[in-house]
Amino acid sequence: MSAVYIVGVGIHPFGRTEGRTGQDQALHAIRAALADCGLDWPDIQVAYGGSHAAGNADAMVSRLGLTGLQFINVKNGCATGGSALLGVAAAIRAGEYDLGMAVGFDKHPRGAFNDLPSEWGLPDWVGETGMMLTTQFFATKIQRYMHEHGISAATLGRAAEKAYANGALADHAWRREPIDLDAILNSQMVSDPLTKFMFCSPAEGAAALILASEARARQIGGPMIKLDAAVMRTRPPGSFEVFAPCIDVVRGGTATEVAAKAAYETAGIGPADIDVAQVQDAEAGGEIMHMAENGFCKDGEQEQWLAEGRTRIGGKLPINTDGGCLACGEPIGASGLRQVYENVVQLRRAAGARQVPGDPKVGYTHVYGAPGVSAVTILSR
Amino acid sequence: MATRPIADGIWTDEQPPRLIGGRDRATGRIVFPMPNGGEAERFDPVPLLREGTIWSWTVQRFPPKPPPYAGPEPFEPFALAYVELPGEVIVESRLTGFDFDGLACGLPVRLTIIPFVETADGTMLTTYAFEPAA
Repeated sequence: MSAVYIVGVGIHPFGRTEGRTGQDQALHAIRAALADCGLDWPDIQVAYGGSHAAGNADAMVSRLGLTGLQFINVKNGCATGGSALLGVAAAIRAGEYDLGMAVGFDKHPRGAFNDLPSEWGLPDWVGETGMMLTTQFFATKIQRYMHEHGISAATLGRAAEKAYANGALADHAWRREPIDLDAILNSQMVSDPLTKFMFCSPAEGAAALILASEARARQIGGPMIKLDAAVMRTRPPGSFEVFAPCIDVVRGGTATEVAAKAAYETAGIGPADIDVAQVQDAEAGGEIMHMAENGFCKDGEQEQWLAEGRTRIGGKLPINTDGGCLACGEPIGASGLRQVYENVVQLRRAAGARQVPGDPKVGYTHVYGAPGVSAVTILSR
Repeated sequence: MATRPIADGIWTDEQPPRLIGGRDRATGRIVFPMPNGGEAERFDPVPLLREGTIWSWTVQRFPPKPPPYAGPEPFEPFALAYVELPGEVIVESRLTGFDFDGLACGLPVRLTIIPFVETADGTMLTTYAFEPAA
């Protein structure tokens, strides 16, 4: 069993890039990751990658080089990037390979996603009557959470305000202008209680990581960023998920809680040990709820945390230091690896204007998506 | 105008109607709608309570994309809720008869059937919704 290290990272700016396919963006990220650690494509022995809507990752071998390597396509919703990462990590940990690559990329059309009921095992009338939108799930989940735990609209606004402030400092972010709290709270109501600036948009982008065994990482000689945990989990009984036509009256846990617990156990640490975190924030309410689901605070404490700025860069636990999905947009296949990219940069203390001060040693990433999947990583330096 | 439900099997034929859920034979857990196809083998159809409370809600303020959306033009925003039917299940539903500003978790609601959209042959398709019960 070898420990697994992230030795190279690369990203293609998120947002919208006309005339450049999802695979073009992925190639950019892969080449940047290889250059980051001074390797060439023929050095890579194993690869996992995928997108939700931008094609197969393995098709890129025609442009990267026909080296004959093992390249496995992944399609796992919002956990696509995380699943690619844990595939490579498992192969290296097992000793089968000592150098691998994970890539996630996507390119979505503008506007809300329009999934079809049959793809989700639902009758057509659920979609025909307009009850099958991701935005409705986000809105009703946070609406209930606010009712139960005393979270105010201002707290939702503060999460979004922080995202745009951080995005303004991140080269790879899409939204690069700060937006003040009043403008966020008073922007168009999209799906109550969430306003326009509290939602992310489907977007484009790509991120790639080069992973190595301990021996290989030492040979490469860069900063040693260790992958302490990479887990992906599915939902427990009684969870509330996207496109649910019903919810159990006996309320259960969440896929995030299951994944977080497994990740902490694997890494042998707890939430108090985390120095910087990237969590799923398809909308501002998601970040609020995921703070508790990942164990950073208790339900309801977010009100005080956000008011005191504890999740800002420079706060007790900086969250979504590159602006998260709110500022970067949501290319489904790429978001999970963008988060890992951001934590690697933070742990290397190479994040420039958005660098978490002090000496961050432990980074945490979390994605959540339909139909109840979550992927978590823990990195340490 | 002739009317018919947007799909069969969502609610009962009785007056007033009830939604039809599915009760898991092994665990007693209730789901909505009643599953069909292979999944239905585990479930018995069960008529659900007519009255409950708003568990959570939102307002659909922008037109959903067709497909799958097949609502009338021009689009009118509508309220949507998860309604808790006590001891049974929490169901997703449209709301009708509420001011958007007055919506809140915990409000009592009752099942009703509302016109949804007119077909090309002049039939009005109906769907279910919950209205204020107080």
